[in-house]
Amino acid sequence: MHPCPGTPTPAHSTVTETHVITTSGLTKVYRSRGREVTALDGVDLHVREGEVYGVIGQSGAGKSSLIRCINLLERPTSGTVTVAGQDLTALAGRGPRAGRELRQARSRIGMVFQHFNLLSSRTVRDNVELPLEILGKSGKERSRRALELLDLVGLADKAGAYPAQLSGGQKQRVGIARALAGDPKVLLSDEATSALDPETTRSILQLLRDLNRQLGLTVLLITHEMDVVKSICDSAALMEQGRVVESGTVSELLATPGSQLAAALFPVDGAASGEDRTVVDVTFHGEAATQPVISQLARTYNIDISILGAAIDTVGGLQVGRMRIELPGRYEDNVVPIGFLREQGLQIDVVDHTAPETLLVKEGAQ
Amino acid sequence: MTWSEMQPLLSQACWDTLYMVGWSTLIAVVGGLPLGVLLVLTDRGGLLQNVVANKVLGQVVNIARSMPFIILMVALMSFTRWVTGTTIGREAAIVPLAVGAIPFFARLVETAVREVDGGLVEAVQAMGGNTWTVVRKVLVPESLPSLISSTTTTVVALIGYSAMAGTVGAGGLGDIAIRYGYQRFETQLMWITVAILAVVISLIQFAGDLAARSLHRRGGRSGPAPRLRLLKSKEPAAAEVGKVA
Repeated sequence: MHPCPGTPTPAHSTVTETHVITTSGLTKVYRSRGREVTALDGVDLHVREGEVYGVIGQSGAGKSSLIRCINLLERPTSGTVTVAGQDLTALAGRGPRAGRELRQARSRIGMVFQHFNLLSSRTVRDNVELPLEILGKSGKERSRRALELLDLVGLADKAGAYPAQLSGGQKQRVGIARALAGDPKVLLSDEATSALDPETTRSILQLLRDLNRQLGLTVLLITHEMDVVKSICDSAALMEQGRVVESGTVSELLATPGSQLAAALFPVDGAASGEDRTVVDVTFHGEAATQPVISQLARTYNIDISILGAAIDTVGGLQVGRMRIELPGRYEDNVVPIGFLREQGLQIDVVDHTAPETLLVKEGAQ
Repeated sequence: MTWSEMQPLLSQACWDTLYMVGWSTLIAVVGGLPLGVLLVLTDRGGLLQNVVANKVLGQVVNIARSMPFIILMVALMSFTRWVTGTTIGREAAIVPLAVGAIPFFARLVETAVREVDGGLVEAVQAMGGNTWTVVRKVLVPESLPSLISSTTTTVVALIGYSAMAGTVGAGGLGDIAIRYGYQRFETQLMWITVAILAVVISLIQFAGDLAARSLHRRGGRSGPAPRLRLLKSKEPAAAEVGKVA
């Protein structure tokens, strides 16, 4: 199911420091029958070129409005959206209809949808040709490009089938092929895997990851599933009630004390096994993660350490993650070993087992 | 009346009915399709949202639809004369038939087009398509099976209306049934007329259903429906469906 099995995937990512999507002060207020609902409340988002950026939040957090404001399917109430150096909000014009310039800009932004949104009256190939028809390409060029794209997503043999004859995962592959038809620099993914089963979700995410690496495609995706962010995102933002409450690269988030996203991405669980025990969360990121600190700690202070839980991942060749360990004795007895860990450049959080865990953490841990 | 006497009458009447219904259906589709699409587009939340235009169009359609056909025919006399130069005969009957059928078909089109998934419209907009693209590539092709059913319904309704066209000397099967069957007590001829009408309407309905269904089977829906089916039968079955088709 891999696209282009002959082409090896580059090991390192294609992320550059250029911002390809920027929103600043993005606000969207819906007015209906005198009531006002603020869906977006001053969202500032910076998506770097070549990265996979995940926006996560519960339903109603404003994710959908956000992604629709990026290509101006929804007109933001205020704020600006810049995609590939072009201020789209300036192209919008006054009326609700999209002018020619905005439509041209949209054709350079691919979009995939939760419910695929394929035309049931067209074959798979004709669906992929649709954006090319809109771009005014010739018939020959359209069919060549469509077959090329279907090959890329691993569906070359389904070109003549109708969407109703495909499985959900296959439909989403067609959706992705269609989104790539206009050679976009940016792909917006609106809950693209939410209607799929876990296994299909993995294969679609893998496809997005491969496309990101091979084509240098910047992907902005919204999701309510932490697993999606965990498996493919370079950076993530957490939305709550129309605001971005946390954002950054995965290791930046890990380095942020008390980050809900980091806690959900690297869930560690487990409670103290007795009264006079100290539970400590150790966060690894950067160079410190390469040191065998736990065994050093055990040797230096001659203490027994139990590992209650750990979530470690390799991001960009470095190990990042968190580990929950238990030290014998109360906190007061462990000030020195904890100091040692801090000296190694690790981030240490002493777990107060009386504090309730946040909802997001529990969701992520499942 | 013997069969040899009835036969030329009936074949002429059949031809007249088909001629009137054929032309008026064509005009109704040409006029009603854009009108129906406009009713959807100008509605609140539509791509060409215009509440005033929508209300006006809606009222015009409602008034035209509330008119009994026999009254419409008389009321349109001067318009018919302006268009065809006469107020009697087959051509003269086509005008009120078409005028009556346009709003009827437009309402059916409106219902059919409203059924199209808004996500498809959004997808085409996201590709950079304009309103005309949305109409041409999404709204009409996606609602085609329903539009064909709507056309069938319109043809059947027009055959009903055309029975009254006899009152302006346009002939047709309804005219035969009244003039011979009712006024001259030719009961046998009347029953034959009824039988012919029944057969014609069944054939039209059958052909319409067949056309709509073949399009539907080909396309199906890309929304939640097939996913429900997949849940029951899992993926291998879906692959089989693909092979069979």
